[in-house]
Amino acid sequence: MSDERREWPLWEVFVRSKRGLSHQHVGSLHAPDAEMAVRNARDVYTRRQEGVSIWVVATADITASSPDEKDAFFDPAADKAYRHPTFYHVPEGVRHL
Amino acid sequence: MYGLPDAEQRDEDRPEPPELLAEFDRLVAAETRIEPRDYMPDAYRKALIRQIAQHAHSEIIGMQPEGNWITRAPSLRRKAILMAKVQDEAGHGMYLYSAAETLGASREQLLELLHAGKQKYSSIFNYPTLSWADMGAIGWLVDGAAIMNQIPLTRCSYGPYARAMVRVCKEESFHQRQGFEILHTLSHGTQAQKAMAQDAADRWWWPALMMFGPPDDESPHTEQSMKWKIKRFSNDELRQKFVDATVPQAQALGLTLPDPDLRYDETAGHYTFGAIDWTEFWEVVKGNGPCNHERMEHRVRAHEEGRWVRDAAIAYAEKHRTGQGARG
Repeated sequence: MSDERREWPLWEVFVRSKRGLSHQHVGSLHAPDAEMAVRNARDVYTRRQEGVSIWVVATADITASSPDEKDAFFDPAADKAYRHPTFYHVPEGVRHL
Repeated sequence: MYGLPDAEQRDEDRPEPPELLAEFDRLVAAETRIEPRDYMPDAYRKALIRQIAQHAHSEIIGMQPEGNWITRAPSLRRKAILMAKVQDEAGHGMYLYSAAETLGASREQLLELLHAGKQKYSSIFNYPTLSWADMGAIGWLVDGAAIMNQIPLTRCSYGPYARAMVRVCKEESFHQRQGFEILHTLSHGTQAQKAMAQDAADRWWWPALMMFGPPDDESPHTEQSMKWKIKRFSNDELRQKFVDATVPQAQALGLTLPDPDLRYDETAGHYTFGAIDWTEFWEVVKGNGPCNHERMEHRVRAHEEGRWVRDAAIAYAEKHRTGQGARG
Protein backbone atom coordinates (compact mmCIF):
# COMPACT_ATOMS: atom_id res chain seq x y z
CA MET A 1 0.00 0.00 0.00
CA SER A 2 1.36 3.42 -0.88
CA ASP A 3 1.88 6.12 1.73
CA GLU A 4 -0.37 8.47 -0.14
CA ARG A 5 -3.12 9.84 2.09
CA ARG A 6 -6.50 8.69 0.91
CA GLU A 7 -9.40 10.51 2.45
CA TRP A 8 -12.80 8.91 2.52
CA PRO A 9 -14.88 10.54 -0.23
CA LEU A 10 -17.71 12.95 0.52
CA TRP A 11 -21.37 11.90 0.13
CA GLU A 12 -24.50 14.03 0.09
CA VAL A 13 -27.31 12.65 2.22
CA PHE A 14 -31.03 12.81 1.42
CA VAL A 15 -33.67 11.68 3.91
CA ARG A 16 -37.36 10.90 3.44
CA SER A 17 -38.81 12.00 6.74
CA LYS A 18 -42.05 10.04 6.33
CA ARG A 19 -44.06 8.18 3.73
CA GLY A 20 -45.73 10.53 1.32
CA LEU A 21 -42.89 13.09 1.33
CA SER A 22 -39.93 13.26 -1.02
CA HIS A 23 -36.31 12.89 0.07
CA GLN A 24 -34.70 16.09 1.20
CA HIS A 25 -31.04 17.06 1.37
CA VAL A 26 -29.87 17.11 5.00
CA GLY A 27 -26.08 17.43 4.75
CA SER A 28 -23.00 15.45 3.86
CA LEU A 29 -20.57 12.98 5.38
CA HIS A 30 -17.45 10.98 4.61
CA ALA A 31 -17.50 7.24 4.06
CA PRO A 32 -15.33 4.72 2.21
CA ASP A 33 -18.20 3.44 0.05
CA ALA A 34 -21.92 3.85 -0.58
CA GLU A 35 -22.96 1.10 1.81
CA MET A 36 -21.01 2.61 4.70
CA ALA A 37 -22.29 6.06 3.73
CA VAL A 38 -25.87 4.83 4.28
CA ARG A 39 -24.94 3.36 7.66
CA ASN A 40 -23.10 6.49 8.73
CA ALA A 41 -26.00 8.62 7.52
CA ARG A 42 -28.33 6.65 9.77
CA ASP A 43 -26.13 7.43 12.79
CA VAL A 44 -25.46 11.06 11.91
CA TYR A 45 -28.82 12.19 10.54
CA THR A 46 -31.55 9.91 11.94
CA ARG A 47 -30.78 9.42 15.65
CA ARG A 48 -34.34 10.49 16.51
CA GLN A 49 -36.37 8.71 13.85
CA GLU A 50 -36.06 11.63 11.44
CA GLY A 51 -36.29 9.32 8.46
CA VAL A 52 -37.80 6.20 6.92
CA SER A 53 -35.50 6.11 3.89
CA ILE A 54 -32.01 7.41 3.08
CA TRP A 55 -30.31 8.17 -0.24
CA VAL A 56 -26.60 8.89 -0.52
CA VAL A 57 -24.95 10.32 -3.63
CA ALA A 58 -21.22 10.84 -4.12
CA THR A 59 -20.75 14.61 -4.02
CA ALA A 60 -18.43 14.37 -7.01
CA ASP A 61 -21.29 12.90 -9.08
CA ILE A 62 -23.62 15.87 -8.65
CA THR A 63 -23.93 18.35 -11.49
CA ALA A 64 -25.36 21.71 -10.46
CA SER A 65 -26.39 24.84 -12.30
CA SER A 66 -23.78 27.55 -12.05
CA PRO A 67 -24.49 30.47 -9.72
CA ASP A 68 -22.62 32.77 -12.11
CA GLU A 69 -25.26 32.38 -14.79
CA LYS A 70 -28.22 32.26 -12.47
CA ASP A 71 -29.92 35.33 -13.92
CA ALA A 72 -29.59 34.27 -17.54
CA PHE A 73 -30.39 30.66 -16.68
CA PHE A 74 -33.65 31.30 -14.82
CA ASP A 75 -34.73 34.46 -16.66
CA PRO A 76 -36.82 32.76 -19.36
CA ALA A 77 -39.44 31.90 -16.72
CA ALA A 78 -39.58 35.41 -15.29
CA ASP A 79 -41.73 37.05 -17.99
CA LYS A 80 -44.21 34.20 -18.39
CA ALA A 81 -46.78 35.16 -15.81
CA TYR A 82 -49.42 33.47 -17.99
CA ARG A 83 -48.14 30.13 -16.63
CA HIS A 84 -49.87 30.93 -13.33
CA PRO A 85 -53.65 30.72 -12.86
CA THR A 86 -53.73 34.15 -11.17
CA PHE A 87 -52.84 35.70 -14.58
CA TYR A 88 -56.36 35.13 -15.85
CA HIS A 89 -59.45 37.19 -15.32
CA VAL A 90 -62.45 35.19 -14.20
CA PRO A 91 -65.84 36.94 -14.47
CA GLU A 92 -67.72 37.40 -11.24
CA GLY A 93 -70.01 34.55 -10.30
CA VAL A 94 -68.16 31.89 -12.27
CA ARG A 95 -67.35 29.00 -9.97
CA HIS A 96 -65.31 25.78 -9.98
CA LEU A 97 -62.77 27.27 -12.39
CA MET B 1 -22.10 20.22 -5.79
CA TYR B 2 -19.87 22.01 -3.36
CA GLY B 3 -16.55 21.66 -5.29
CA LEU B 4 -13.80 24.12 -4.55
CA PRO B 5 -15.38 27.54 -5.01
CA ASP B 6 -13.88 29.91 -7.55
CA ALA B 7 -13.27 32.49 -4.88
CA GLU B 8 -10.85 30.13 -3.18
CA GLN B 9 -8.49 30.40 -6.11
CA ARG B 10 -8.57 34.18 -6.27
CA ASP B 11 -5.44 36.11 -5.51
CA GLU B 12 -5.62 37.29 -1.89
CA ASP B 13 -4.59 40.83 -2.70
CA ARG B 14 -7.01 41.29 -5.53
CA PRO B 15 -9.83 43.61 -4.52
CA GLU B 16 -13.30 42.11 -4.29
CA PRO B 17 -15.25 42.76 -7.53
CA PRO B 18 -17.60 45.67 -6.70
CA GLU B 19 -20.71 44.43 -8.52
CA LEU B 20 -20.53 40.99 -6.87
CA LEU B 21 -19.80 42.54 -3.50
CA ALA B 22 -22.86 44.79 -3.90
CA GLU B 23 -25.03 41.73 -4.62
CA PHE B 24 -23.58 39.92 -1.58
CA ASP B 25 -24.27 42.94 0.65
CA ARG B 26 -27.80 43.17 -0.72
CA LEU B 27 -28.51 39.50 0.05
CA VAL B 28 -27.15 39.83 3.59
CA ALA B 29 -29.12 43.03 4.22
CA ALA B 30 -32.31 41.41 2.87
CA GLU B 31 -31.93 38.55 5.43
CA THR B 32 -31.65 36.01 2.61
CA ARG B 33 -29.12 33.24 3.06
CA ILE B 34 -25.76 33.03 1.32
CA GLU B 35 -25.37 29.56 -0.19
CA PRO B 36 -22.17 27.57 -0.87
CA ARG B 37 -21.62 28.45 -4.51
CA ASP B 38 -22.61 32.12 -4.23
CA TYR B 39 -19.96 34.76 -4.46
CA MET B 40 -18.73 35.80 -1.00
CA PRO B 41 -15.80 37.99 0.08
CA ASP B 42 -12.69 36.03 1.04
CA ALA B 43 -12.74 37.52 4.53
CA TYR B 44 -16.33 36.29 5.05
CA ARG B 45 -15.37 32.79 3.91
CA LYS B 46 -12.32 32.74 6.18
CA ALA B 47 -14.19 34.07 9.20
CA LEU B 48 -16.86 31.39 8.72
CA ILE B 49 -14.35 28.56 8.30
CA ARG B 50 -12.57 29.72 11.45
CA GLN B 51 -15.78 29.94 13.48
CA ILE B 52 -17.45 26.76 12.19
CA ALA B 53 -14.24 24.73 12.57
CA GLN B 54 -13.76 25.95 16.14
CA HIS B 55 -17.37 25.07 16.83
CA ALA B 56 -16.96 21.58 15.31
CA HIS B 57 -13.74 20.96 17.24
CA SER B 58 -15.52 21.98 20.47
CA GLU B 59 -18.20 19.34 19.89
CA ILE B 60 -15.59 16.66 19.26
CA ILE B 61 -13.30 17.56 22.18
CA GLY B 62 -16.44 18.08 24.28
CA MET B 63 -17.08 14.35 24.21
CA GLN B 64 -14.07 13.73 26.46
CA PRO B 65 -15.09 15.30 29.79
CA GLU B 66 -18.42 13.46 29.70
CA GLY B 67 -17.10 10.26 28.19
CA ASN B 68 -15.04 10.12 31.38
CA TRP B 69 -18.17 9.24 33.39
CA ILE B 70 -20.01 6.80 31.11
CA THR B 71 -18.64 3.69 32.80
CA ARG B 72 -19.35 5.14 36.24
CA ALA B 73 -22.89 6.47 35.70
CA PRO B 74 -24.97 5.71 38.82
CA SER B 75 -27.75 3.82 37.02
CA LEU B 76 -28.50 2.21 33.68
CA ARG B 77 -30.94 5.03 32.93
CA ARG B 78 -28.29 7.70 33.49
CA LYS B 79 -25.77 5.70 31.51
CA ALA B 80 -28.07 5.35 28.48
CA ILE B 81 -28.84 9.09 28.61
CA LEU B 82 -25.16 10.05 28.89
CA MET B 83 -24.21 7.82 25.97
CA ALA B 84 -26.97 9.34 23.83
CA LYS B 85 -25.72 12.80 24.75
CA VAL B 86 -22.09 12.06 23.91
CA GLN B 87 -23.26 10.51 20.61
CA ASP B 88 -25.14 13.73 19.90
CA GLU B 89 -21.95 15.75 20.45
CA ALA B 90 -20.23 13.58 17.84
CA GLY B 91 -23.18 14.15 15.51
CA HIS B 92 -23.03 17.92 16.08
CA GLY B 93 -19.35 17.87 15.19
CA MET B 94 -20.22 16.03 11.97
CA TYR B 95 -22.95 18.53 10.98
CA LEU B 96 -20.52 21.37 11.56
CA TYR B 97 -17.56 19.86 9.70
CA SER B 98 -19.99 19.20 6.87
CA ALA B 99 -20.99 22.89 6.89
CA ALA B 100 -17.32 23.99 6.93
CA GLU B 101 -16.60 21.75 3.95
CA THR B 102 -19.18 23.62 1.86
CA LEU B 103 -16.80 26.59 2.13
CA GLY B 104 -13.94 24.67 0.51
CA ALA B 105 -12.15 23.46 3.66
CA SER B 106 -11.40 19.73 3.81
CA ARG B 107 -12.14 17.55 6.82
CA GLU B 108 -8.60 16.23 6.95
CA GLN B 109 -7.17 19.73 6.80
CA LEU B 110 -9.40 20.95 9.64
CA LEU B 111 -8.39 18.02 11.84
CA GLU B 112 -4.72 18.64 11.09
CA LEU B 113 -5.11 22.27 12.13
CA LEU B 114 -6.78 21.20 15.38
CA HIS B 115 -4.10 18.61 16.12
CA ALA B 116 -1.33 21.12 15.38
CA GLY B 117 -2.94 23.58 17.81
CA LYS B 118 -3.58 26.07 14.99
CA GLN B 119 -7.34 26.03 15.45
CA LYS B 120 -9.00 26.25 18.83
CA TYR B 121 -11.92 24.64 20.60
CA SER B 122 -13.98 26.07 23.45
CA SER B 123 -11.87 26.55 26.57
CA ILE B 124 -14.58 25.11 28.78
CA PHE B 125 -13.51 21.59 27.83
CA ASN B 126 -10.11 22.13 29.41
CA TYR B 127 -11.66 21.80 32.87
CA PRO B 128 -11.76 18.38 34.55
CA THR B 129 -14.90 16.42 35.46
CA LEU B 130 -14.20 15.43 39.05
CA SER B 131 -17.53 14.01 40.19
CA TRP B 132 -20.80 12.64 38.82
CA ALA B 133 -22.41 15.99 39.64
CA ASP B 134 -20.22 17.53 36.95
CA MET B 135 -22.38 15.69 34.38
CA GLY B 136 -25.29 17.68 35.80
CA ALA B 137 -23.42 20.99 35.86
CA ILE B 138 -22.14 20.52 32.30
CA GLY B 139 -25.62 19.81 30.95
CA TRP B 140 -27.24 22.63 32.90
CA LEU B 141 -24.58 25.37 32.64
CA VAL B 142 -22.28 24.47 29.75
CA ASP B 143 -25.01 23.29 27.40
CA GLY B 144 -27.23 26.09 28.68
CA ALA B 145 -24.59 28.65 27.69
CA ALA B 146 -24.03 26.86 24.38
CA ILE B 147 -27.77 27.02 23.58
CA MET B 148 -27.78 30.75 24.34
CA ASN B 149 -24.94 31.15 21.82
CA GLN B 150 -26.42 28.82 19.25
CA ILE B 151 -30.04 29.92 19.00
CA PRO B 152 -29.14 33.21 17.23
CA LEU B 153 -26.84 31.23 14.91
CA THR B 154 -29.91 29.49 13.43
CA ARG B 155 -30.47 32.87 11.72
CA CYS B 156 -26.86 33.23 10.60
CA SER B 157 -26.41 34.59 7.07
CA TYR B 158 -24.63 31.46 5.82
CA GLY B 159 -27.22 28.81 4.88
CA PRO B 160 -25.42 25.55 5.70
CA TYR B 161 -24.25 26.85 9.11
CA ALA B 162 -27.73 28.11 9.97
CA ARG B 163 -29.30 24.78 8.99
CA ALA B 164 -26.74 22.80 11.01
CA MET B 165 -27.54 24.98 14.02
CA VAL B 166 -31.28 24.34 13.71
CA ARG B 167 -30.55 20.64 14.02
CA VAL B 168 -28.10 21.15 16.89
CA CYS B 169 -30.47 23.38 18.87
CA LYS B 170 -33.31 20.86 18.59
CA GLU B 171 -31.06 18.25 20.16
CA GLU B 172 -29.41 20.43 22.79
CA SER B 173 -32.49 21.09 24.86
CA PHE B 174 -32.52 17.46 25.99
CA HIS B 175 -28.89 17.93 27.04
CA GLN B 176 -29.68 20.86 29.25
CA ARG B 177 -32.71 19.23 30.84
CA GLN B 178 -30.96 15.97 31.65
CA GLY B 179 -28.20 17.99 33.37
CA PHE B 180 -30.71 19.99 35.36
CA GLU B 181 -32.44 16.77 36.37
CA ILE B 182 -29.17 15.24 37.61
CA LEU B 183 -28.51 18.28 39.80
CA HIS B 184 -32.10 18.43 40.99
CA THR B 185 -31.95 14.80 42.09
CA LEU B 186 -28.64 15.33 43.87
CA SER B 187 -29.62 18.59 45.54
CA HIS B 188 -32.77 16.91 46.93
CA GLY B 189 -30.85 13.84 48.09
CA THR B 190 -28.56 13.26 51.04
CA GLN B 191 -26.37 16.00 52.47
CA ALA B 192 -23.34 14.51 50.75
CA GLN B 193 -25.18 14.48 47.41
CA LYS B 194 -26.27 18.07 47.83
CA ALA B 195 -22.71 19.08 48.69
CA MET B 196 -21.52 17.33 45.53
CA ALA B 197 -24.05 19.28 43.44
CA GLN B 198 -23.02 22.56 45.09
CA ASP B 199 -19.34 21.85 44.49
CA ALA B 200 -20.02 21.23 40.79
CA ALA B 201 -22.03 24.45 40.46
CA ASP B 202 -19.22 26.34 42.24
CA ARG B 203 -16.60 25.04 39.84
CA TRP B 204 -18.57 25.41 36.55
CA TRP B 205 -20.32 28.77 37.04
CA TRP B 206 -17.45 31.11 36.16
CA PRO B 207 -16.04 29.03 33.30
CA ALA B 208 -19.61 28.88 31.86
CA LEU B 209 -19.79 32.70 31.91
CA MET B 210 -16.43 32.82 30.10
CA MET B 211 -17.85 30.67 27.30
CA PHE B 212 -19.42 33.77 25.76
CA GLY B 213 -15.96 35.07 25.03
CA PRO B 214 -14.10 38.25 26.02
CA PRO B 215 -15.99 41.45 26.85
CA ASP B 216 -17.30 43.38 23.84
CA ASP B 217 -14.53 45.98 23.88
CA GLU B 218 -11.90 43.22 23.67
CA SER B 219 -13.60 41.01 21.12
CA PRO B 220 -11.79 41.60 17.82
CA HIS B 221 -14.19 39.78 15.48
CA THR B 222 -17.55 40.88 16.89
CA GLU B 223 -18.17 44.06 14.89
CA GLN B 224 -17.46 42.55 11.48
CA SER B 225 -19.34 39.34 12.33
CA MET B 226 -22.40 41.36 13.29
CA LYS B 227 -22.21 43.34 10.05
CA TRP B 228 -22.16 40.09 8.12
CA LYS B 229 -25.05 38.76 10.23
CA ILE B 230 -23.01 35.76 11.30
CA LYS B 231 -23.36 36.97 14.85
CA ARG B 232 -26.61 38.55 16.06
CA PHE B 233 -25.79 39.53 19.64
CA SER B 234 -22.55 40.61 21.28
CA ASN B 235 -20.72 38.45 23.84
CA ASP B 236 -21.84 40.63 26.75
CA GLU B 237 -25.46 40.66 25.61
CA LEU B 238 -25.58 36.88 25.45
CA ARG B 239 -23.78 36.54 28.78
CA GLN B 240 -26.39 38.78 30.41
CA LYS B 241 -29.25 36.77 28.88
CA PHE B 242 -27.67 33.61 30.25
CA VAL B 243 -27.28 34.99 33.76
CA ASP B 244 -30.87 36.27 33.74
CA ALA B 245 -32.17 32.87 32.65
CA THR B 246 -29.96 30.79 34.94
CA VAL B 247 -30.10 32.48 38.35
CA PRO B 248 -33.78 31.56 38.95
CA GLN B 249 -32.95 27.99 37.89
CA ALA B 250 -30.24 27.83 40.56
CA GLN B 251 -32.84 28.92 43.10
CA ALA B 252 -35.14 26.12 41.94
CA LEU B 253 -32.28 23.69 42.45
CA GLY B 254 -31.63 25.06 45.93
CA LEU B 255 -28.02 25.78 44.97
CA THR B 256 -26.09 29.01 45.41
CA LEU B 257 -23.93 30.53 42.72
CA PRO B 258 -20.36 31.44 43.73
CA ASP B 259 -20.67 35.19 43.25
CA PRO B 260 -21.17 37.46 46.29
CA ASP B 261 -21.95 40.39 43.95
CA LEU B 262 -24.80 38.64 42.19
CA ARG B 263 -28.06 40.54 42.73
CA TYR B 264 -31.24 41.52 40.95
CA ASP B 265 -31.32 45.10 39.73
CA GLU B 266 -34.99 46.11 39.86
CA THR B 267 -34.63 49.18 37.67
CA ALA B 268 -32.59 47.47 34.96
CA GLY B 269 -34.63 44.28 35.14
CA HIS B 270 -31.42 42.25 35.04
CA TYR B 271 -29.11 40.40 37.38
CA THR B 272 -25.81 42.17 37.92
CA PHE B 273 -22.81 39.98 38.54
CA GLY B 274 -19.23 40.25 39.75
CA ALA B 275 -16.06 40.70 37.71
CA ILE B 276 -14.94 37.75 35.59
CA ASP B 277 -11.34 36.62 36.00
CA TRP B 278 -10.16 37.18 32.43
CA THR B 279 -6.59 36.27 33.36
CA GLU B 280 -7.80 32.73 33.98
CA PHE B 281 -9.69 32.76 30.67
CA TRP B 282 -6.65 33.82 28.62
CA GLU B 283 -4.39 31.36 30.45
CA VAL B 284 -6.72 28.49 29.48
CA VAL B 285 -6.96 29.79 25.89
CA LYS B 286 -3.17 29.89 25.72
CA GLY B 287 -2.99 26.23 26.66
CA ASN B 288 -2.40 26.44 30.41
CA GLY B 289 -5.75 25.16 31.63
CA PRO B 290 -5.98 22.06 33.82
CA CYS B 291 -6.66 19.63 30.92
CA ASN B 292 -5.46 21.26 27.66
CA HIS B 293 -2.62 18.81 27.26
CA GLU B 294 -4.68 15.75 28.14
CA ARG B 295 -7.51 16.67 25.74
CA MET B 296 -5.22 17.19 22.75
CA GLU B 297 -3.09 14.17 23.52
CA HIS B 298 -6.20 11.97 23.70
CA ARG B 299 -7.65 13.45 20.51
CA VAL B 300 -4.45 12.95 18.47
CA ARG B 301 -3.96 9.43 19.82
CA ALA B 302 -7.55 8.41 18.97
CA HIS B 303 -7.02 9.76 15.45
CA GLU B 304 -3.70 7.99 14.94
CA GLU B 305 -4.87 4.71 16.43
CA GLY B 306 -7.90 4.75 14.14
CA ARG B 307 -5.84 5.29 11.02
CA TRP B 308 -5.56 1.59 10.14
CA VAL B 309 -9.32 1.25 10.28
CA ARG B 310 -9.81 4.16 7.88
CA ASP B 311 -7.12 2.80 5.57
CA ALA B 312 -8.56 -0.71 5.64
CA ALA B 313 -12.06 0.57 4.86
CA ILE B 314 -10.91 2.57 1.85
CA ALA B 315 -8.71 -0.31 0.62
CA TYR B 316 -11.73 -2.62 0.84
CA ALA B 317 -13.93 -0.13 -1.01
CA GLU B 318 -11.34 0.33 -3.75
CA LYS B 319 -10.84 -3.38 -4.18
CA HIS B 320 -14.56 -3.90 -4.66
CA ARG B 321 -14.89 -0.94 -6.99
CA THR B 322 -12.21 -2.30 -9.30
CA GLY B 323 -13.81 -5.74 -9.16
CA GLN B 324 -10.81 -7.52 -7.65
CA GLY B 325 -12.61 -8.60 -4.53
CA ALA B 326 -14.85 -11.60 -4.25
CA ARG B 327 -18.47 -10.53 -3.95
CA GLY B 328 -20.10 -12.30 -1.06
